[in-house]
Amino acid sequence: MTTYILKRLLSVIPVIFVIASASFFIMRGAPGGPFDKERNMTEEVRRSLEAKYHFDKPVWRQYLIDMGGLLRGDLGPSFQYEGRTVNEIIADGFGTSLLLGAMAMALAVVLGLSAGILAGARQNSWLDHLLMSCSMTGISIPNFVLGPLLVLLFSLTLHWLPVAGWRGARYMILPTIALALPYTAYIARLARGGMLEVIRTDYIRTARAKGLPERLVILRHALRPAVMPVVSYLGPASAHVLTGILVIESIFSIPGLGRYFVLSALNRDYTVVLGTVLIYSTLLVFFNLLVDVAYAILDPRVRYGTK
Amino acid sequence: MKALGPTRIALRLLMRNRMAVGSMIVLSVIVGLALAAPILPIPPQERINLEYGPRPPSPAHPLGTDDLGRDLLSRVLYGTRISLAVGLLATAVSLVIGVTYGAVAGYAGGRLDNVMMRVVDILYGLPWMFLVIILLVVFGRSILNLFIALGAVQWLTMSRIVRGQVLSVKEKEYVEAARAVGCGRRRFLFRHILPNVLGPVIVYSTLMVPAVMLEESFLSFLGLGVPDPYASLGKLAKAGADAMQSYPWMLIFPGAVLTVILFSLNFVGDGLRDALDPQLKK
Repeated sequence: MTTYILKRLLSVIPVIFVIASASFFIMRGAPGGPFDKERNMTEEVRRSLEAKYHFDKPVWRQYLIDMGGLLRGDLGPSFQYEGRTVNEIIADGFGTSLLLGAMAMALAVVLGLSAGILAGARQNSWLDHLLMSCSMTGISIPNFVLGPLLVLLFSLTLHWLPVAGWRGARYMILPTIALALPYTAYIARLARGGMLEVIRTDYIRTARAKGLPERLVILRHALRPAVMPVVSYLGPASAHVLTGILVIESIFSIPGLGRYFVLSALNRDYTVVLGTVLIYSTLLVFFNLLVDVAYAILDPRVRYGTK
Repeated sequence: MKALGPTRIALRLLMRNRMAVGSMIVLSVIVGLALAAPILPIPPQERINLEYGPRPPSPAHPLGTDDLGRDLLSRVLYGTRISLAVGLLATAVSLVIGVTYGAVAGYAGGRLDNVMMRVVDILYGLPWMFLVIILLVVFGRSILNLFIALGAVQWLTMSRIVRGQVLSVKEKEYVEAARAVGCGRRRFLFRHILPNVLGPVIVYSTLMVPAVMLEESFLSFLGLGVPDPYASLGKLAKAGADAMQSYPWMLIFPGAVLTVILFSLNFVGDGLRDALDPQLKK
């Protein structure tokens, strides 16, 4: 197990390197530079700016400079936010985005699992139908439609919660719900499907036959195998949450990493784009690793490293 | 009594699924209206009427008008056309890539299969939406770039499904029998492998259309979707979200239409899956 984790950790490095190189060359291959917008820039100023950010050098030198910085953990200066380094910008927005994403994931897992297991345990009851209709609706409402609708209802009409911003717990409620709902709904469906499959197996019938109360049959025997599909969905789900954060942060004006990414991509602020993409990829790769390890712990049939 | 072929059985099962049938009817109505938009008696979507301005729904404008006085019903119908077109085209792109890739890997097997699937595994773990955004920023926002970028992202799952299916079909006895009697490679592929791969591919494609439409609207919402003068449902929803405080109908109607389309497509896809794989639903 430890060897497996170590191996996977090592395999992260080339992946991140490839992502960094790909983003670098795509951004540099594009026509138009980061200073195109400032029209009234004299030739002299432009040249000194370009020298400062190494734009006067050939592309391969720029690549080496950027990758060298990366190795030292230095992502370079921002082009648009004057006097700020990419490291500062990321440090600024990272915590906010991580908190938002973690809360949404937690909400989705807790709520989705409970709803799915409840629905699966009472298949074809009114509760099952109700929960599954809700979850189908939840999957189909895009979170960028849901977010504004929640604001319209709870902030602008009922005045219960703030419209936008990020200044305390009350500000976090709507963004978290808007971000979490589609994944909650999907997890509920997966958990229900897993439940239905497990409940038909012989060992559940045995557990029932020996007179175990239904509640214990579900909790002790059915639960663990039933949640396996949910565990394997957590990897893709985290990727979706990361992208979902982009719109949620822009709807609720949350000062997170996602907003920096979108603004920087539009402004061709290369270093910030590269930095944010790297952070996101690293997070994602590590999260996938975590999910695989969790899978191995939960499912004793999975054995790594022994072929 | 006449025995029913697998297609007939699947069709009959699908028709018995009330949610799927209802969804198909709703979809046909929406798609029909969207396709008929140019000949419907509604104002053209681009006609600006600043004096009239944004007004709530009325008999003249059933869904109201937007901030420039444009008829919202007309905008929504044309937006639906764009969203559906992007969804279908991007799905087609990923269908071609995914099926080819998966079929080659599954058919070749062995080391080539191993390498090809490792590549898919690695690509799977990447934050694709970010690369799509970078690509769109760099190469410009055109409808063509949009659906190539979206299709290029969606093929991964498709290739996995196709490969798995090809692998399992390859091991079946009837395939071995076909080989034994000297069935040619071409006949083998088209007569024995393809029909058995078709079911999951149809199901997954049906589910991919709403997924792609969602991604397109997501990009539109960030200001990276279809370029002007086109408007997709996501772009209309974005305009609505910006103006919702004063003109909430601008958000509600495009959002509702988008949700209803996604909802119906998901149900049809689910219904198809249940119908094509009767063992799944008991």
